[in-house]
Amino acid sequence: MAIAAPCLPWLSAATVICLAYGLYLSLIASPADYQQGETVRIMYVHVPSAWMALFVYTAMAVASLVAVIWRHPLAEIAAQASAPIGAAFTFCALVTGSLWGKPMWGTWWVWDARLTSVLILFFIYIAHMALTSAFDDPARGRRAAAILCLVGFVNVPIIKFSVEWWNTLHQPASVIKMGGPSIHADMLWPLLVMALAFKLLYLCILIVRMKNELTAARIRSLTAARARG
Amino acid sequence: MGRKQRRLIIILLSALCLAAAAALVMLAFRDNIVFFFGPSEIKAGKVQPGKRIRVGGLVVEGSVVKVGEKVSFGITDGNESVDIHYVGILPDLFREGQGIVAEGVLNQNLVFTASEVLAKHDENYMPPEVAEALKKSGHWKEGMEQ
Repeated sequence: MAIAAPCLPWLSAATVICLAYGLYLSLIASPADYQQGETVRIMYVHVPSAWMALFVYTAMAVASLVAVIWRHPLAEIAAQASAPIGAAFTFCALVTGSLWGKPMWGTWWVWDARLTSVLILFFIYIAHMALTSAFDDPARGRRAAAILCLVGFVNVPIIKFSVEWWNTLHQPASVIKMGGPSIHADMLWPLLVMALAFKLLYLCILIVRMKNELTAARIRSLTAARARG
Repeated sequence: MGRKQRRLIIILLSALCLAAAAALVMLAFRDNIVFFFGPSEIKAGKVQPGKRIRVGGLVVEGSVVKVGEKVSFGITDGNESVDIHYVGILPDLFREGQGIVAEGVLNQNLVFTASEVLAKHDENYMPPEVAEALKKSGHWKEGMEQ
């Protein structure tokens, strides 16, 4: 945290620049799609959100693993601080996906493997947040949530490969797949810039939230010390 | 053995058990997780007539007949094809050669009456000019528009 905190202003500036550049590229500079027309621009928000939904969960699982095995206190706090951010990204992916599905597929929602598994991921995030705060002792809440996070990780590969293992309405992967991306370079570049912007945004919010949580922990221990006299 | 190693081993073992359990569950529910059936599966008799199901495939070129709101067309997976009847509004992406998923009921003669038609778009993204150029130069991949 001693290193992370001073980086925050720089990181915030980088996020703003990256996000502004990415939005300009994706909304104005990039071409329309041969099949989907202008609607394809939803992709530049939908796909990075969905990637972040998985990325944040994976980060949380790694943090939980470190917390459970090596009992590193910062790892638990990192997982706790990440959960609402991940939930927000997942929500964003679900909503933009729904808005994209209506004009392209002709429906807001279908119960195919990809959509359902992402909805389950969203519920796991919510459960993680609820479980963390369900105990009087925050340390016990974090321990329980870490176990939940590790168990829930089984969903991550299911989400990633759902479009390959089963027939789904959702199309297969375009960028991270065997044989290279099947997306034109003019559209891939804005997508990657947006993905980087979302990653930076996550780091910024994570640092702020972890600082808050550490301060809250200090206040708790000080009040406890004073109550004891 | 230290406590850390013991915890690591316990977690690895639980992860293995969990992964195995998840794989078994998915294997058991394989037919239910499938969002749609292909024409080959229908012709092979894998689907009971009269049951509400979804079928998916590419709209056969030249098979679309529109009379007012009534549409009939065939879908194919390259090997077999199934005829579909539908009354209603088609999605914007519906066209010949396009991948679609229809929900409805199969009758005894293996003709499908759809109550909903959804378009499935592919994983290829490119500007219209590039698609034009690819088609002109003959590098348009087979099955790219599925």
